[in-house]
Amino acid sequence: MAYLPNLLFLSLLIVSLYIFFRNLKKIKRNIGLGRYVNRNNNSNARLKNMLRVAFGQSKMGSRPVAAILHFIVYVGFILINIELLEIILDGILGRHRIFAPFLGVIYDYLISIFEILAFLVLIAVFFFWTRRNVVRLKRFFSPETIGWPTLDANNIIYFEVVLMFLFLFMNATDMLLQDANVDSYVKTGIFPISQFLKPLFIDLSIDNLIFFERVFWWLHITGILIFLNYLYYSKHLHILLAFPNTYYANLESNGKFDVDSSIKDEVQLILNPGKEINVETTPPDKFGATDIFDLNWIQLMNAYSCTECGRCSNVCPANLTGKKLSPRAIMMKTRDRLEEVSKNLDKNNGNFINDNKQLLNDYISPEELWACTSCNACVEECPIEINPLSIIMDMRKYLTLEKSAAPAELNLMMNNIENNGAPWPFSNQDRLEWVEE
Amino acid sequence: MKLNVHTLSDLNAEGKKVDIVFWVGCSGSFDDRAKKITRAFVKILNQIKINFAVLGTEETCTGDPAKRAGNEFLFQMQALQNIGNLDKYGVKKIVTTCPHCFNTLKNEYPELGGNYKVFHHTQYLKDLIDQGLLTLSGKKYKGKKITFHDPCYLGRANKVYEAPRELIKKLSGDLVEMKSCKSKALCCGAGGAQMFKDAEKGNKEINIERTEQALEVKPEIIAAACPFCNTMMSDGIKNKEVDRKIKIYDVAELIANAKDP
Ligand code: SF4
Ligand code: SF4
Repeated sequence: MAYLPNLLFLSLLIVSLYIFFRNLKKIKRNIGLGRYVNRNNNSNARLKNMLRVAFGQSKMGSRPVAAILHFIVYVGFILINIELLEIILDGILGRHRIFAPFLGVIYDYLISIFEILAFLVLIAVFFFWTRRNVVRLKRFFSPETIGWPTLDANNIIYFEVVLMFLFLFMNATDMLLQDANVDSYVKTGIFPISQFLKPLFIDLSIDNLIFFERVFWWLHITGILIFLNYLYYSKHLHILLAFPNTYYANLESNGKFDVDSSIKDEVQLILNPGKEINVETTPPDKFGATDIFDLNWIQLMNAYSCTECGRCSNVCPANLTGKKLSPRAIMMKTRDRLEEVSKNLDKNNGNFINDNKQLLNDYISPEELWACTSCNACVEECPIEINPLSIIMDMRKYLTLEKSAAPAELNLMMNNIENNGAPWPFSNQDRLEWVEE
Repeated sequence: MKLNVHTLSDLNAEGKKVDIVFWVGCSGSFDDRAKKITRAFVKILNQIKINFAVLGTEETCTGDPAKRAGNEFLFQMQALQNIGNLDKYGVKKIVTTCPHCFNTLKNEYPELGGNYKVFHHTQYLKDLIDQGLLTLSGKKYKGKKITFHDPCYLGRANKVYEAPRELIKKLSGDLVEMKSCKSKALCCGAGGAQMFKDAEKGNKEINIERTEQALEVKPEIIAAACPFCNTMMSDGIKNKEVDRKIKIYDVAELIANAKDP
């Protein structure tokens, strides 16, 4: 029976890791539903970009306070992984503070740093909570954030608070047990934050202290494992996907939109009828996008990575002036549809059974698509380099080329280009009239 | 003033070569307001005797508005036609006063076989100054409050933020920045083919929003570097009834006017 806790821990760990990796695999499969585009070139520049934007958080800087606090939470997240390693080893081996004897005083410093971080994280999330629930920052309240997205955002904040307190409580009770010279509670130095929490537990008997210390320990690690598996359902997936997302981000000018070179030969044929042209490429079976299958894998990864922060919509000229378009909503709807397709696949042994739904119309309306000025403000603003504009353009392409469903004025403009080589009905012969005025 | 403009086909017939081709663009050719920008730019080129030519009737729309309206097919038809004409004359360098033409020629033509060195006119003018070929007089705009509206397709799309600003500073203008400028500049509302259609339902026009941002810094002149932005901002100040006090000028016009005796 002595090994019961170890076994319990091990099974908990294995089950959560199993679910976690199964979800990761699902995400990978779903992203793979997108069209292939090659983004493997230039790995040096890509690596640098990832280090700068994801690790270095270089695009968070425009709001310094929020940027610093986000940075604290993020560093907290990374560093706490070190501590997690010890917790896991302790759990499996049934030891306590396994690193302490090896690291000696360095260990004390490490835990002290973690505690200070935990404290700073608490301050940061308090700020985030206030911003969301008291100040009620405008960008957190849009049609697309009603319901789950808002709940999700707050859930994470509460999660963080609970985890940090459990960690500090665990250390506080631990220190009391050390003071009482209880066996197996290795002596460490005094921890900077949890020492102030000791009075909360000082009246407890040794047995009760041990009980509480164990409860905090278990709740803490269980909480972390739940958090890990919560990610898949949350905008917090970005803590993992921000890295590949920035690695594979577009490195070319924002102004360069995808050029469909597959139709080049056909266009040549139309321009030079009769001329011998070797048609090497086959045009795509469908122009543009109506559903997630027509988007490319980068766009689908973008959808999973989106933090729902709303920075994009906050600078979108269309959104700012009351139009229905919101680049954040474009990303969220793409993810929602992707998840719907994913469930369909799961239900049908990996085959997609037509559900008579698609991203276009059922999720994203033409009204949204036609409101975009292609200004790139959303792309520029996104802290993890998501490109909502490319999805908008792909869907416009479908509407125009496959459905001739562009707004009437645009059809007129395109007719003019076709007939006179200019978007207005002027004769091309008058191109030089400006010289004579 | 009589402008001295040649077409590539004329010069080619005479066996003459040019240093650079001026891509006028559809706005610059047909829109009354934009034609003034075209003339202003050519005036500068003429004054310092730049050896340039235009395509004239051999120029057609780059295809930018068609592509942004979703018509990749029409875009490529235009692109291949234009590339054919440019390559026929062995064109290597192009300058244009329109950021949309600039972006399309520079970024989207190479994949279709058109490879040129493309400059926006603010970059080109700045280069001419750096080479000592063009000098600016600071008399006319000395101390005048000028704010610069970044065109999306020059700024965010191609990261050209400084060239137009340096030109304004060289004119001794008092450059004041709007609260959102450079990479954070608000669009005028015309890009992505919006120029050619009414806006979707909303509670404000984008150009009004941008004009209000410009008016906040109390400029005497709003400088633009794109014919579409110019139109949108001109409409904006008319709507706000400040078009008597405040003027919208392209950076090329500022320079051309500064040279007037
Ligand atoms: S590119 Fe389109 S969606 Fe993005 S900010 Fe500009 S108008 Fe909004
Ligand atoms: S696309 Fe980027 S900026 Fe927009 S909500 Fe998602 S993460 Fe934020």
